[in-house]
Amino acid sequence: MDIGLSEEQEILKTAARDFLTKECPKKLVKELDESDKGYSLELWRKMAELGWMGLVFPEEYDGGGGTFLDLVVLLDEMGYNILPGPFFSTIVLGGLPILKAGSEEQKRKFLPRIARGELILTMALTEPSASYDASSITVKASPRNGDYSINGTKLFVTDANVADYLLCVARTKETANPKTGITIFVVDAKNPGIKCTLLKTLARDKQNEVVFDNVSVPKESILGDVDQGWPVIQDTLEKAAVAKCAEMIGGAQATLEMAVNYAKERIQFNRPIGTFQAVQHYCANMVADVDGARYITYKAAWELNEGLPATKSVAIAKAWVGDAYQRVTILGHQIFGGIGFTMDHDMHLYYRRAKAGAMAFGNSNFHREIVARELGL
Amino acid sequence: MDFSFTEEEEAFRKEVHDWIKKETPQRWFELDPLFWEETDESWAISREFQQKLGRKGWLAPAYPKQYGGSDMSHMKRLILAEELGYNKAPVGIEMEVAVNWVGPDLLLFGSEEQKQKYATGIAKGDLVICLGYSEPNAGSDLASLQTTAVQENDEFVINGNKIWTSYAHYADYCWLAARTDPNAPRKYDGISMFVVDMKTPGITIHPLINLMNRHSFNEVFFDNVRIPKENLVGKKNNGWYELMIALDSERSLIGTAATFQRLLEDLLEYAKERKCHKDPIIRQKLAEMAVEIEVSRMMCYRIAWMFSRDLHPSYESSMSMVFTSELLRRLADVGMDIAGPYGQLERDSKWAVLQGRIERLCLNCLSIGVGGGSNEIQRNIIAQRGLGLPRK
Repeated sequence: MDIGLSEEQEILKTAARDFLTKECPKKLVKELDESDKGYSLELWRKMAELGWMGLVFPEEYDGGGGTFLDLVVLLDEMGYNILPGPFFSTIVLGGLPILKAGSEEQKRKFLPRIARGELILTMALTEPSASYDASSITVKASPRNGDYSINGTKLFVTDANVADYLLCVARTKETANPKTGITIFVVDAKNPGIKCTLLKTLARDKQNEVVFDNVSVPKESILGDVDQGWPVIQDTLEKAAVAKCAEMIGGAQATLEMAVNYAKERIQFNRPIGTFQAVQHYCANMVADVDGARYITYKAAWELNEGLPATKSVAIAKAWVGDAYQRVTILGHQIFGGIGFTMDHDMHLYYRRAKAGAMAFGNSNFHREIVARELGL
Repeated sequence: MDFSFTEEEEAFRKEVHDWIKKETPQRWFELDPLFWEETDESWAISREFQQKLGRKGWLAPAYPKQYGGSDMSHMKRLILAEELGYNKAPVGIEMEVAVNWVGPDLLLFGSEEQKQKYATGIAKGDLVICLGYSEPNAGSDLASLQTTAVQENDEFVINGNKIWTSYAHYADYCWLAARTDPNAPRKYDGISMFVVDMKTPGITIHPLINLMNRHSFNEVFFDNVRIPKENLVGKKNNGWYELMIALDSERSLIGTAATFQRLLEDLLEYAKERKCHKDPIIRQKLAEMAVEIEVSRMMCYRIAWMFSRDLHPSYESSMSMVFTSELLRRLADVGMDIAGPYGQLERDSKWAVLQGRIERLCLNCLSIGVGGGSNEIQRNIIAQRGLGLPRK
């Protein structure tokens, strides 16, 4: 057993910390949060130069040959620095499914360009029912003249506003089992039948309503097999849940450090507030949440990385980490007091992301139900 | 990163598992005593079991072979602790106290003779040692202890009283903290550690009946108790330092998550029996327990892993203790949620379920989180030692 990072991962972590601290100061984070685009092209290109976009792709697709665990290390740092932008969508929701289910041609077409930072992708999965179950996929793709025509509304599609391609998850066949009859299409986001509307959200993450109105797509754009898309989605959702946990443990770590530093400096009653037992115990609770979240995330990530059955560990991690991050940021706000309730301060950036992260890819209730099933209930 | 155990470790797990199954008498499971619920009969079973464990070198596996241990790796010790917990083996707080609190101090600071006699005695399961720390006015503020040990020629004369002394009525020796220099400028500086034979004249034991309606704690009175000066362990007036080292050495109860895992499995079975396992609220609660047990397990694993890398845990053990103790209370609550009114029945009732375990857990769970460093003290340690928050 070795629950630490490898030497290469430690190097990646340090490099990412240094780079993001320098290149993505909180001033930029706030600007991007307020902008419609939500990312900086200049920063995006620099990240690509560092090899981050291709980190988990094999070398034959111009990738870095890294593992899912390496990606987790990087996402942890991105969460620490609350990096805005479509990295998560492009790599986790776009690149990984293509790598898993794509044809050789599709991989050659997309992966090297993603790695070079030339493409932004995302997955159009959830709909107004706002559920991650197979039965919630109702957007229809109907065969027409050898191609397919997609109709319907996708909702909460992160980064669709800047995406070049959407992995649209659509129903191609009505069957008794909702898990069959689902197909994934890689759709050019500039298709004239697609109408994308940016939603204003708590975390200022760029979620969108995406309406497909007779969007015609060739059958070559199908990822994997017709009607057999759901296992790919499930795999993506498990990886995305753990990847989101990785971001959240970084954010929670940063929140803890900010709050502890403040508790050491802020003087009231002629002494640092960190000398008061109430504040000390808040901090003790925060670090337990941060550390607890870290190792169950690592465990789930390791199982995914090894190709072991990870459903239970993934659900355990997502059920816990989302709640833990929220608890940590609430205590962080409590320690910062009034100053934390200002837009100028950084604390709210983490709090907002904790809320969004806890919801993404299924909230705690959703994942506890998966755990219950895995327990044989 | 690698969360797997080696083949050798897995084989060891099976060996331990099979051994515990073979060596634990059925009667133990009928008695099913939780912590602080021992009877003379259950105590006799656990003594015998621990002596067998001792003969395997598994009672104090971390100790060097020459003192009855087996120089066991940290990962194997984790596995051993997990299997003992998961299989409800006849081991209890008395083993934790002797093996993990007293023994390490003896090995670090004791003379060769003391190591041979007491540490080896602990490791072999031959000695029962009670902890003479707390006093009526020295609980969390342990350094305020008032029991005195005054040197007279070749003896120390001990006067004072200790409280919450678990199993003093069964103990061969007391591991005693006493004040040897009442005039030391700091209260921490005048304390020394002793091994005291419980048969020495002048010692009287008053039972305290705990919430489980059992006799496990005592008040112990020392009235001019004369012990040979050779029973001083370590340096005179250096006791506080020695005691703190021991508290640091391992107070994580690294097998606890496995104990909880078994408890959860019992609750899952019972929920199915009672046909409430389709209730969405019960499902959520049981799942949450599974989640928290996994968090607790990872905390335990981290500690074992840190030891295995010679990274010395400091606040990590406190964190694990706080988390697990509070988790046990939540587990007791979930048990009660599943069992409903049946959960409140004492074990002797013909209507009792799970041997009345839920009712007993609801009481028992109040003790951990209080004894052995309250959760408030543990959180202070996490904040001050772990996060560097200032004391004043």
